[in-house]
Amino acid sequence: MSAGARHLYVHLPFCVHRCGYCDFVTLVGRRDGHGAYVDALLAELRLERDALAGEVETVFLGGGTPTFTEPAELARLLAALPPAAEMTVETNPETVTPELAALLGTGGVTRVSLGAQSFRPELLAVLERRAGPDVVRAAFYHLRDAGFDNISLDLVYGIPGQSAADLHSDLAEAIALGPEHLSCYELEAKPGTRFTHAHGEELARQADAMEGYFELVVETLVGAGYRWYETASFCRAGRQARHNLGYWHGEDYLGVGIGAVSTVRGLRWRNRASLAGYLGALAEGRRPPRDEEPVEPETARRERLMLGLRLDEPVPLAHVAGAVDGDALVRMERLGLAERRGDGLALTRRGRFLGGGVTAELMAESPAKSTI
Amino acid sequence: MSRLDPIRNFSIGAHIDHGKSTLADRILEVTQTLSRREMREQVLDTMELERERGITIKAQAVRVLWRGHQLNLIDTPGHVDFTYEVSRALQACEGALLVVDAAQGIEAQTLANAYLAIENDLEIVPVVNKIDLPQADPDAAAADVAQLVGESPDRVLRISAKTGEGVEAVLDAIVERIPPPEGDPDAPPRALVFDSSYDQYRGVVAFVRMVDGRFTTRQPLRAMAAGTRFEAEELGFFAPDRSPTPTLEAGEVGYVVTGLKDVSRLRVGDTLTAQAGAAAEPLPGYKDVKPTVFAGLFPTDSDAYPDLRDALEKLKLNDASLFYEPETSQALGFGFRCGFLGLLHMEIVRERLEREFDLDLLVTAPNVAYRVLTKAGEELEVHNPSDMPPEVELVEEPYIRATTIVPKDYVGSVMELNNERRGRFHHLEYLSEERVLLVFDLPLAEIVYDYYDQLKSRTRGYASFDYDVVGFEPGDLVRVDVLLAGDPVDALSLIVHRDGAYARGRALVDRLREEIPRQMFDVPVQAAIGSRIIARETIRARRKDVLAKCYGGDITRKRKLLERQKKGKKRMKQVGSVEVPQEAFLAVLNLDGERK
Repeated sequence: MSAGARHLYVHLPFCVHRCGYCDFVTLVGRRDGHGAYVDALLAELRLERDALAGEVETVFLGGGTPTFTEPAELARLLAALPPAAEMTVETNPETVTPELAALLGTGGVTRVSLGAQSFRPELLAVLERRAGPDVVRAAFYHLRDAGFDNISLDLVYGIPGQSAADLHSDLAEAIALGPEHLSCYELEAKPGTRFTHAHGEELARQADAMEGYFELVVETLVGAGYRWYETASFCRAGRQARHNLGYWHGEDYLGVGIGAVSTVRGLRWRNRASLAGYLGALAEGRRPPRDEEPVEPETARRERLMLGLRLDEPVPLAHVAGAVDGDALVRMERLGLAERRGDGLALTRRGRFLGGGVTAELMAESPAKSTI
Repeated sequence: MSRLDPIRNFSIGAHIDHGKSTLADRILEVTQTLSRREMREQVLDTMELERERGITIKAQAVRVLWRGHQLNLIDTPGHVDFTYEVSRALQACEGALLVVDAAQGIEAQTLANAYLAIENDLEIVPVVNKIDLPQADPDAAAADVAQLVGESPDRVLRISAKTGEGVEAVLDAIVERIPPPEGDPDAPPRALVFDSSYDQYRGVVAFVRMVDGRFTTRQPLRAMAAGTRFEAEELGFFAPDRSPTPTLEAGEVGYVVTGLKDVSRLRVGDTLTAQAGAAAEPLPGYKDVKPTVFAGLFPTDSDAYPDLRDALEKLKLNDASLFYEPETSQALGFGFRCGFLGLLHMEIVRERLEREFDLDLLVTAPNVAYRVLTKAGEELEVHNPSDMPPEVELVEEPYIRATTIVPKDYVGSVMELNNERRGRFHHLEYLSEERVLLVFDLPLAEIVYDYYDQLKSRTRGYASFDYDVVGFEPGDLVRVDVLLAGDPVDALSLIVHRDGAYARGRALVDRLREEIPRQMFDVPVQAAIGSRIIARETIRARRKDVLAKCYGGDITRKRKLLERQKKGKKRMKQVGSVEVPQEAFLAVLNLDGERK
């Protein structure tokens, strides 16, 4: 049995507005409910304290827009969370004022992730983002002024109407700000969303052109001295997102809040997304409604492989015993997509661009079929 | 009066849908062989497929009694693929009803049936059917059929098998016009095998016509061509169910239960005789029928290979003309190369395998049998394009004589189609003012793909078509191979005429490029004759394939996504390093069916 999770995720679902492409558990408006929600979070944390290790390494406040939470409630929450070497808060640029930056600094936050997405006004409009490029830059400077030396910028590419030149200029703007970390995601247009409904045809039209965007992102950021340490993540030396590394290394994590997922000691659970159900249960001192699934050791090793291959450092073969399809490995090695490095397994540069397909190949169908 | 005098053996010939089965049904009813209660449509077509398609696949022989006579109706398959079986069945008869639809008149199979009957010296009783139809023109049909068989039009019977009108007159005409069988009841016994079926409890059941002498139950018998020995476990006739009798006498039609477990040991056309007191000479006309059309059959799910093997074994029990041998394809895995008597036969076998045995099959493009003379002077028969040597001295392909009957407005369309298919005009004949008979010689390979569909669409369904294989002729034929990333896809090799090679290669390459998903590397798709590339396309490698983000909340879903992808890959067929979805093969193998 492990000593418990060293990583804590706290979900703050409130948003001023729901962006068209977003598929997170979010709640729009409801400013008056923030206090009750923070109470419930702290209650859940108390109920699950056995799931946490004595010493917590990272805390991540995600959303939603955590910084949209009423400042007093946010401050109360930060004060009550266990201390951690890395404490990250996700922010939306329009919420970042000098006061908020100071509040975060006082609250023990060590790292801020800023959802810039793009610096092109017309593309931000397509994404239904409220902040323009000036607001993004201002938010960044407020954080720097408050003393944050570990800032991550989120960028989205593959936005409907985004040309390669647009993407290049977004990257250049981001680099010019000098963040310690960048996360760059291709826009996922999920079937059935309002966004896909509005922009699906345009996306299909530009699909061929956008195929090269991922390469453009990697080449530009690596050229600017960032390390491509995870499929969608880039950092200055030593500035990896430690919380996320925990996921990618297959470590236990506790998640609190509506919709939050935890994986602790072979059990994974997901809180239901209903706010009323969550508040009601915790107000009565009960666990919130949740769905559980066991993560068998064999499944854990397959997940370890899937997550580990996202990184630029090899996955130790010992950690993924039985999870690798030996024949597929030989094939992927021959195609120059995967390689063994020492006692570990990693994707080559080209393999990382095709990481989804290569990983699907490499995953053994069942433990019996694996040869390593 | 001879002992054979009260016997009449006859068959019914007709173009499809001209009413052969309805007439047979009505004969059973009028002679009270079956009561009204027992009657249903197409009584003699017992196979589901026969009933559904309105065709006869297996011969049947049923005995009815009419005014003191024993009439044996031998119901034969109507299609050209089964010509040999039909010719054997006709040899068991002395007469034939030739049934013509009063509205349609003579069609290609009417001609084929008439010629077969004439060749076999049968007394032909022409019958115009469906006189009750509003659009019927019995006089015209009667005049045409009378001319065809050399009878006077007033000897043509006019009936409606549907209403029963005139059916008694048909039975009377059978008695009056068809001669009784000739044969020596006291000679050593000889019986002609004209079909057989397999009974899982009793083994092979031979359908026979006693020509000379008699068989008795438990008598030791011998098949003269195959040399097979067995005991007559049961003798009898069909009425229409099996009705045992102690003996089968000269002139009679009936069955012999042999107890043999292998249908190939008793082939259609063989002669049965007694082991003691055997006949010296077999009946004439035995031949070993050879398949003319070949195709590879592969289970879509490779685990189903043993099921396919068992199914073929079972089908073969009832269908001695089905030929199969194991075939291994790099692309499609383990399967069988099967030989068929023709396209309909192939279609029937495939449908029975899929329906009766619940198999999902991939069928390669059908090809004909080629006779090859290699550079080394060796003679080969090639049934599989991938067996065709790259360098040959000479290739010969089977030719057919194709008979088409069309309204005169479509003569040009048929000519055009036949010319496109390397046809050679033979002759043209006006059967009436409106209807034209066209005879062409064509390579069989040219009708093996979509000829029927083309003929149908270009003549709006008004053409009727029939053919006979007439021999082999040399052709400028080449083997076109398809290569994926340099590896040949054996299942897609084709033998085509040199003039058509480029177009076929191009079409295959284009289709594959559309159907094969992009891989992790560039995949050249090529068509080649030997080492010469005649068409090429490239399936460009994917440049990215990643799951954008993956954090704590996404892990289960993303893992399941990858697991599903992995499963999907397992269903793909591996050609060298390229994964080809089954659908791609299906699409390419259907290509010819869609050729416009």
